[in-house]
Order: sequence, then C-alpha cells, then structure tokens
Amino acid sequence: MLAYALKRLLSAVPTLFLIVTISFFLMRVAPGGPFHLERPLEAKVMENLNRLYHLDEPLWRQYFLYLSNLLRGDLGPSFVYRDFTVADLFAAGLPVSIQLGASALALALLIGTFLGCIAALRQNSAADYLVVGIATFGITVPPFVVAPVLSLIFGVSLGWLPAGGWGDGALANKILPVLTLALPQIAIVARLIRGAMIEALRSDHVRTARAYGLPTRIVVAVHALRAAILPVVSYLGPAAAALLTGSIVVETIFGIPGIGRYFVQAALNRDYTLVMGTVVVVSLFVVLFNLVVDLLYAWLDPRVRFNA
Amino acid sequence: MTGGAGKERQTLLAVRDLNVAFRLADGPVHAVRGVDFTLAAGETVAIVGESGSGKSQTVMALMGLLAANGTASGRALYRGEDLLALSPRRLNRIRGEKITMIFQEPMSSLDPLYRVGRQIAEPMVYHRGLSWRAARKRALELLKLVRIPDAERRIDAYPHELSGGQRQRVMIAMALANDPDILIADEPTTALDVTIQAEILKLLRELQDRLGMGIVFITHDLGIVRRFAERVYVMREGKVVEEGPVADIFAAPRHAYTRMLLAAEPAGRKPPVDEATPVILEGRDVSVAFPLGGGFLGRQRQELKAVDRLTLTLREGETLGVVGDSGSGKSTLARALLRLVPSEGEIAFLGRDIAGLNLRRERGLRRQLQIVFQDPYGSLSPRLTIGEIVTEGLLVHEPSLSRAERDRRAAAALKEVQLDPAMQTRYPHEFSGGQRQRIAIARAMILKPKLLVLDEPTSALDRSVQKEIVELLRRLQAEHRLTYLFISHDLAVVRALADRVLVMKDGRAVEEGETEEIFARPRQDYTKRLMAAAFLSAGAPAEAWAG
Repeated sequence: MLAYALKRLLSAVPTLFLIVTISFFLMRVAPGGPFHLERPLEAKVMENLNRLYHLDEPLWRQYFLYLSNLLRGDLGPSFVYRDFTVADLFAAGLPVSIQLGASALALALLIGTFLGCIAALRQNSAADYLVVGIATFGITVPPFVVAPVLSLIFGVSLGWLPAGGWGDGALANKILPVLTLALPQIAIVARLIRGAMIEALRSDHVRTARAYGLPTRIVVAVHALRAAILPVVSYLGPAAAALLTGSIVVETIFGIPGIGRYFVQAALNRDYTLVMGTVVVVSLFVVLFNLVVDLLYAWLDPRVRFNA
Repeated sequence: MTGGAGKERQTLLAVRDLNVAFRLADGPVHAVRGVDFTLAAGETVAIVGESGSGKSQTVMALMGLLAANGTASGRALYRGEDLLALSPRRLNRIRGEKITMIFQEPMSSLDPLYRVGRQIAEPMVYHRGLSWRAARKRALELLKLVRIPDAERRIDAYPHELSGGQRQRVMIAMALANDPDILIADEPTTALDVTIQAEILKLLRELQDRLGMGIVFITHDLGIVRRFAERVYVMREGKVVEEGPVADIFAAPRHAYTRMLLAAEPAGRKPPVDEATPVILEGRDVSVAFPLGGGFLGRQRQELKAVDRLTLTLREGETLGVVGDSGSGKSTLARALLRLVPSEGEIAFLGRDIAGLNLRRERGLRRQLQIVFQDPYGSLSPRLTIGEIVTEGLLVHEPSLSRAERDRRAAAALKEVQLDPAMQTRYPHEFSGGQRQRIAIARAMILKPKLLVLDEPTSALDRSVQKEIVELLRRLQAEHRLTYLFISHDLAVVRALADRVLVMKDGRAVEEGETEEIFARPRQDYTKRLMAAAFLSAGAPAEAWAG
C-alpha cells in the first residue's frame, strides 16, 4: 500500500511539470505585465523593476529560473503585494481556506448522507420528494446568490451573526461562509447517496442480509450504506481539492482572507509568481486528494485493492 | 432418499392458498395463485417450473422478501405460527435462525465488502447473541463442515477471492449456522459448472443426513429433481399443476405441462459428416495468452494461458461441440477463431490463413464467420429496432443495398427463424429470451455465413424454449449446410446437436472424438467426471454424487 502511494505520487511529477509549464507560457501570452499600471511608471523605474525581477531576460531563462526555484521550494516574491513572498501569502491564507473548506465538507458529508439515506429508505414518499427538492435547489442556486442573501438575513436584518469579515477566525464569522460553501455539496452528496442507496437496498446481498433476519438498522448501516458511500468517495477527490483551496465568491462576499481570492486577482494583476503559486498549490491538492480517494476507496471496497 | 415413504413425519411447514401479487403501472400481476404445499421434517421437496412460473416468489413470500410492490395473502404455518402474519421483528427471529435460504447467484448474494467469515458469523451474533470471537470460531467449523479447502485462510477471504462453488459453500455454511429446521434452496446450483453442481448437491444431501433439516428445493432442472427430491410440486403460471412423489411424477406424469417439461429434455442425435467433406476451418496450435499484470519495474510478466496449443478441424456441415467448465477457455477459443482476440498459431478458414490478416482485408471473410452469444438480453442493443439489429451487418458488408432491399432481406431472415416479419419495427425488450435468441440467429443468418459460432446459445433459456432453438439450429444447418462450433457446458444439448465433441480444461484439449463415442466411453478422468456430474450416463443414476 505504501509502495502504491509512493508510485502514485511519483507518477504525479510529470503531470505537475506539464501543468507548470503550460501555465507559465500561457500566462506570458496574455498582454501586459505586473508593472503596467494605469499611470505608467517612468522608463527608468520600469527598467529597474524588470531587472530586479528578471523580467528583462529571455523567456526560456525565466522559465528555467522559475523551475529551479520551484524545485528548491521557493515560489518567489509576489510582484504586486510588495514585501510579501508568495509563500508568505499562502502561509497566511491557506489555513483559513482549509478551515472553511474542511468544515463545509464535513457538514456536507454528514447532512448529505443523512438526507440521502432518508430519501432512499422512503423512496417516492413525501420525505423523498422533499429531499430531492432541497437537493435540486441547493445545486441550482449559485453561491453568489446564497452568500448575500444569508448575509442580509442573518447579518443585517436579524443581526445574529456578523454580516462579513473574518474576526480572527471567531466561530460566529465562520458559520455563514461554511453554510454557503456546504449547501451545494450537501445537495450533491444527498443525491449521490440516495441513488446509490436505492440500488444497494435492491441488491442481492442486502436481500441475503434480510433473509437472515438481521435487524433493519444493521442491514441499512452495515450492508447497504457502505456500498452506497462508494460513489460519494469518488466524487470527493475533486470536490475536496476545490473546497479546500478556497472560493473566490465566498471569500470576496464575506471578506475572508483565504487564498481563493488569489485565483482571479493575481491573474488580473499579472502577478506572475502568485498565479504560478496558486496553480502549483491547487494542482498539488488535486493530485493529493485523488490519491487519498483511491486509497479510501480501496479500503472500503476490497475488490479494487491492489497487490502492491 | 432420507427416511422411508411409510414413516409418518411431523409437518414443519404448511402453506395454504398462497397468493402473491405485484402492483405494476398497468395493473396488478398475480405471480402466485392459490398455492398449497407442505414440508415435513427432514424431507426434501422440489418446486419445479420454468421461468415466470412463480416458484421463486412462492418462497420469497414466505421469507418476507417480496419486492416493495408485492403483497402476499394466504397462510404459511410454521410450527403453529403464520409466517405471513408475523411482525417484522418476530419474523426476523425465524428467518436466518429456523428457516434459512441459499440463493442462485453466488456472485452477488454475498456482500462484496466484507470477509466471508464475518458474514457467516453475523446471523449468529444477532440471533444467538454470540460474541464475534465465538461466532468466528463456529464459522470456521462450518467452513470445514461444508468442506472449503484451507478453511483457516478462506475465512478471511472476500467473496470475490473465491470461486462460484466456494461462494455457494459459504452461503450453505451461513445457512447452517443456527441449525435451521428448514433450508430453502432457490436454484442453488444453476449458476455453477456441472461438476461443481454435483459436488454442491452431494454436500447438501450429506448435511441433510447429518443435521436432519427439511429442504425446499426450487429448480427448473428436472435432472436434479429426479435425483435429489422426494416429492415434487410442478408449477406453471403461478399455480401448482401437479404434485406427488418424484418417482410417480416421472413415471406417469398426469398433467400435460409436466409431460411437456419431461419431453423438453434435449433429444435426437446428429449423424457425423463424411470424412471426405471439405474442411471449413482448421486451427493448429492455437494459443491465447492474457497478461496477468505484475510486470512493474522489470519483474517477470505473468501470463494466463487461456487457450494452450489447441488443434481442431471443422468440416462443412459439421457441428463441433466444445464443452468444459467455466474458465476452461471455450469462449476464448471461439473468439480467437473469429479473430476477435489476438492469438498465436495457424488458423485457416476455407483454406486461407486468416491468423495474419488485418481487419480490413478480413471483412469479406468475416461475414462468413458469425457468432451468436449466450446472453439474449445483453447482446441486442436495446435502442435499435429488430429490423435495424438484423440488418446492421448488411450495412457493412453490402453497403450498396437499397433500404427496401434490406427490409426484404430482414423479413426473409426473420421468417427463417420463425418470427413474424412484421415485428421488425419493435424493440428487443418486447421479446422473450427465446425470441431474442432467434433474433440474434437471424442477425447472423442474414449474412449467409458458412460457419456459425454458437457461444452457449441455449444456456439462458428454459428447457422447453431450448428445445425449440435446438430444433431451429438443426433445420438451419440442414437447409444451408451450415457448420457450427457449438460451445456449451450443457452436455445434454451438446449430445443432441454435435457430431463431434472437444472437451476442454485449463485451455487444453482433454479429449476429442465422435459424440456418441465420448458420451458412451469417455477415456479421460475429467470427461468421466463431467459426464457423471451431468447425470447423463443412463441407468447409472446418482452414484456420482450420492455416494
């Protein structure tokens, strides 16, 4: 198993290399640069800045310079947030994004699984339709609608929770953003669980469990649910990577200092190193979580276990 | 047989006027209609019938396992309690403890996610309050009782790591865990190879002798009924049409349906073709190997030899029956001969070497080589009409045909397999298994092939339908001088259709010869076992497994 995990991580190296390469050159194709401001800088200043950040060198040398720095774990200085390195920015923002994302994910798994099971066990009943309705709602209403509405109701009208801001990570400040992030995930998880559970309840081995007089709770929890969780696990890889690396919408609307904002801001500002840093971090998360999901899947389902 | 006919035994289960109905979108369907049956302690009763006769739903109703849209009425008295009227909680005390059940599908009836030891232990833990440790100890004893080899290791195996026969043994171990009064076996051997089938039946018989439980045996296989049961109920369209001691029913069936079932056992023989008839297909040293993985980081790559240097000859108008247990390489051989999997060795079709030809050049030959698959449900595209399915080959091989001409050819092909040409516009799901198999045959016949590979074409069908397909294949062969490569694990059908038989095991040819010769005087041990297991050696009935 350890050998398998190592093999998988090693095989991710070429993937990451390709992603870094493509992003690097793609970004440079876009017109403009980090120091092209609305009020143009003096030619001399511009020249100095370009030299300082090696932007005056041929592109291929900049590329190799970036690669060699990256190999040493150096993501470089941010071009726009002066005095900060990209690593500094992530060190400050990533924990925030991870906290929110992980909480949302946990919430989605708990509530989504619960709702999905209820719906499957009472298929075609009012409860089922209600869950399916909520799920459809959760999937269709985008977070940029949910976030301001929640903020207005609970923050402004009722005044129960802060309408925005991070408040140094106070619990009250986290509730609304986590809810906003979790809502579509709850919906997706509930739908996945419902479908898989309905199938599992009809399967031959669940019939066997019932034929052997096992109590319903055991049949459901032990024999049906474990099978029903499998599709959710597959979904979890990309979903977790996306959630944990922050959401631009939620972070912008609630004013949260995560790294989700960097996706767009860095690209607009042509903050080359920050864009690359974001790409690298997100890719790492995707690779890592796909591996975690595969290991988890194998743990749950002996049929796909590998002989490593 | 256990017990004598004269001895009075206590009645364990008495089913009276059992009705099962399913609510469907277009009204209720009555699957079981007024069934009565009884089972005495230690007795073996068979319920026999073709698919759709209601035999399985009868026992499902007793066990409270009907689908959500099904309802049962009537009475099913077990030791004075009506199973149909019990609360779920009370019923759970009986099922899995006093009445247990084994199912047809050994692949899917066990939970793929748990070790088999745990699954055997589970009912003991919940019914008897045993600790997991004690239940595991007992599970190991049970695995030894059902004679799983290497039980200490297998107890920690997952179902997919076991063979079909071993899984069925696990199922039986689970069924015996709580010393049941009644064991219901719903087609427990249907999905197994004949040799394994015989072993499982023998095991059930021995266990019954030792433990004395009554057995309700659901099957469509009259051979099993004859050897295994004391009394039989014949079901048709939800009703019991005939019942009585097995010997009486087989000697003097009263009901027309029973007579039809008995007559549906494959009969007839095919005369061998002349030695001088031209050879259609010749394979020399045909081998197919599949990589088993394990080739990572310079380690030796493992290979599975699915077909191992097999040589065969097929003459025009001949039927070569290929028999063997699953995994013996029968189907792979057929696919290699059709160039559907890469193989080594020489394959000559109509005198031309086709082993090295590329796909494009093969097209002309390909139409002469057609195949009919086992699963009449999976092998027809559900989204095409019958007409489209049947004429699809023409689009490839005769693209210049006009639509009208194609329709005419399709009508002719359907007529040839005794289907109404007007059915062209309908979809596969509207047809029964037997009809679908006819459609698959029509799809092959429309291209006027020389050689037809029949890969278990009758295995998924009821005996009476099987008989019709066998007769159809016979007629087509006679009319078109077709050559068949007939793959089957069903020796009765092979005996009726083939003039020569090739027995395969582990990818090799064990024995080959004229059908009558092989059946009358099998030389190899494996062939003998195969024959004995299939109950075919007339006059020497149950010795193979009753001993």
